[in-house]
Amino acid sequence: MVGITSFEAYIPAYRLSRDEISRAWGTGSMGGEKAVARYDEDSLTMAVAATLGCVNRGGQQGDGLFFASTTSPYKEKQAASIIAAAVDLPSETRTADFTDSLRGATIAMNSAVDAVRSGSAENIIIAASDERMGAGKSEFEQILGDGAAAITIGKSGVIASVDGNYSAFSEFMDIWRREGSAFIQSWESRFITSEGYAKIMQRAVSGIMKKYNLTPKNFSKVIYNGPDKRSHAILAKRLGFDVETQVQDPMYQSIGNTGTPAVLMMLGFALDEASPGDLILVANYGDGADAFILRVTENIKMVQGERRMMENFKRKIPVTYETYLSWRDLVPTEEPRHPEPESPSITCLWRERRSNLAFYGSKCTSCGTVQYPPQRVCTKCQSKDHLEEYKLSDKRGHIFTYAIDQLSWSKQIPVLIGVVDFEGGGRVMSEICDCNPDEMRIGMPVEMCFRKLDQDTDIQNYFWKGRPVI
Amino acid sequence: MGKITDKAAIIGMGCTNFGELWDKSVDDLIIDATYEACEDAGVDLKDIEAAWLGTVFSGHTAMSLSSPLSWQYKPVTRVENMCATGTEALRAAVYAVASGVYDIALAVGVEKLKDTGWIGVQPTNVVGRSTMGTAGTDLGLSPPAMFSLMAQRYFHDFKIDPEEGRRLLAEITVKNHHNGSLNPKAHFQRELTVEQVLKAPIVAWPLGILDCCGVSDGAAAAIVTRSDMAKNFRKDPIYVKALATSVGPRRNPTVQDYDFTHIEENVRAAQMAYDEAGIKNALEELSVAEVHDCFTIHEMILYEDLGWSPKGQARKDIDAGTFKLNGKLPVNTDGGLKCFGHPLGASGLRMQYEVYHQLQGKAGDRQVKDPRLGLIHNFGGGVWGGIACIAISGNELDRR
Repeated sequence: MVGITSFEAYIPAYRLSRDEISRAWGTGSMGGEKAVARYDEDSLTMAVAATLGCVNRGGQQGDGLFFASTTSPYKEKQAASIIAAAVDLPSETRTADFTDSLRGATIAMNSAVDAVRSGSAENIIIAASDERMGAGKSEFEQILGDGAAAITIGKSGVIASVDGNYSAFSEFMDIWRREGSAFIQSWESRFITSEGYAKIMQRAVSGIMKKYNLTPKNFSKVIYNGPDKRSHAILAKRLGFDVETQVQDPMYQSIGNTGTPAVLMMLGFALDEASPGDLILVANYGDGADAFILRVTENIKMVQGERRMMENFKRKIPVTYETYLSWRDLVPTEEPRHPEPESPSITCLWRERRSNLAFYGSKCTSCGTVQYPPQRVCTKCQSKDHLEEYKLSDKRGHIFTYAIDQLSWSKQIPVLIGVVDFEGGGRVMSEICDCNPDEMRIGMPVEMCFRKLDQDTDIQNYFWKGRPVI
Repeated sequence: MGKITDKAAIIGMGCTNFGELWDKSVDDLIIDATYEACEDAGVDLKDIEAAWLGTVFSGHTAMSLSSPLSWQYKPVTRVENMCATGTEALRAAVYAVASGVYDIALAVGVEKLKDTGWIGVQPTNVVGRSTMGTAGTDLGLSPPAMFSLMAQRYFHDFKIDPEEGRRLLAEITVKNHHNGSLNPKAHFQRELTVEQVLKAPIVAWPLGILDCCGVSDGAAAAIVTRSDMAKNFRKDPIYVKALATSVGPRRNPTVQDYDFTHIEENVRAAQMAYDEAGIKNALEELSVAEVHDCFTIHEMILYEDLGWSPKGQARKDIDAGTFKLNGKLPVNTDGGLKCFGHPLGASGLRMQYEVYHQLQGKAGDRQVKDPRLGLIHNFGGGVWGGIACIAISGNELDRR
């Protein structure tokens, strides 16, 4: 049996209210709010967060990692390899990026199911993530939200078996973004919704039901993406599903349309509440459509945690529209009035890859002292070359002391710095993110997260930061 | 292990005005400080046999000294130890004459911070690991934020209400501004009140802008010789009693046993220096001290690190006025880094410049009573670890 063995979502802590956007432009508000990645987050960092959660929940490491996104940080350079390094997957892991299509997550899922079914892989993690932008004043600006989701496809410990699939491509020009442009574009909305989205999805959903002799009544849940709240709701009726009882909430009002990860995020929230025996229909639109039939197994109870997944995202920090604009570099703001500090050396970054990307320190085998950065000569007992790798990315800690730095150069001033003492030993001085200055206090519990560094370089440099434990 | 005590003496010193010296170059500052020192010692530049130049950002190689002075083919070395660079240059010159190899040596420290385009100190660019972590991941933490880590923890551990803590720190600023107001070479020469200090903008809570030292241009120089030759140059040479340097392994933020309420390098250097100088009770025996008050919290912590106040009790001595000009141990009588200013490479020698004049009884309105022994404490680095340099000097030979 091949199917899903784990799942997780990641939603950034920051929220931009649609009334706030409407305030800025004097246009109508669609109501609700959208999740906004902090300036130190991107598709890749959000994918790392979802993947780490997925690995923790299911307990499988994965021998494959597929990244699906339309907003990969590099045009040329794989993101999946950086994610795999941050998540600390073995070097033999098969990595791939599935880019350029909003259907990327389910395209990757089909490939993963095929690979596991054929025996060429045991467990493949699919991490989908997007941080798409609509131009100022556009409907997209209000609709789109940021986030990530990950699932694992495997053979053992399957929580939802993949019992059927259906795919069709459709060359239909509805939404696109060309190289060099920051914002997505689209054709006239009546045409792209009625002739594109609605018809192509209807064909896929009726196609898969016909293929496996099923009717809407057979499904306890139907999960599908859509361009916006209204189109999504209309489609449910056309397909013959009951919006109240059968359709998974697309979370447009609270998070927004997250793009590539949307379908996996909804699937995660559905699985988090699913019961053994549930039949789930998944459909995903973008340059055609993919559909799957999933059957929830008894194993589902093993991965459903003590608290609901949504609890992990209850912490919300409001941002103003102006903050959002500056985070996205949409408004030129004053450059620092001093010469640029030098960029890091790529050679040095390579040498430090285990420490910088997977956040390894070292532990002395003579005296047991945990230390970061990793040392060759123990800082405590001075024994030489008796230190072994010790991972800190998964350790929790608390703030020993902190600084609220008004003079540092960053997109967001003040910069918060915490001295973090880890449970089990080890201490780092780290930036603290997703936290208001007045929330900082000695003793505050923190966990580590993978983020972008605010450096003016040609490469995107990533590192770990602390954030308050929710 | 031997001792430097009474083996070398300072026979001349020079120091430029410190401040925003827009119209002066590094070369101008080196020339002015060096010639003042020569004049003070009654020594011609040609008679000096070797020199050490201390600078952090303002010049590479020894030629940064020989070129402006047109110094002809003599041994010169450039030294660098961050903000402790000035003392490092002095240390090298003192050991050089004490060894007997040279009779007269020169130490010069200089910095032109205002030419860098940075309001504070520019970041140091290194290939390799940053000050606190791995390569390429420097936090960009500003120096006041770094020292605010200590203030936060100090107030927490010793149960000092943050507003009360800010007042205690302000008292240090007020003291140093008073002293600076009596010093015509200081960057800042204006008296301040506690209220003014507390109203200044916050840069890294609880530190405000007036808890920070001046960012300045300046240079200072010393001419040293062997003690047995010193009286050939002047009747009141100042004798070196101790030179101690402690360099930490840069691991403070990485191990959980560090408390963020002291700097171990300070404690170790003080112990070495007191042992070398034969000082049993520093508070009683020292007449004057210049300490590295880059931020007020560091001066507060130094009262304890250098053994003058019991741990956690510096506040009592601040309120008792122990370190004021008329107190038991006047500290930073020239205004300190706070008011004299902090051109990194020059600061250690500027501290010695003040102690030298205090011990000679030539400190004017700032003169302390019956001076015998003076201490300078110069610190490079931050809470991650650093370089603590202490020099103790006295105005008499063979007297403890």
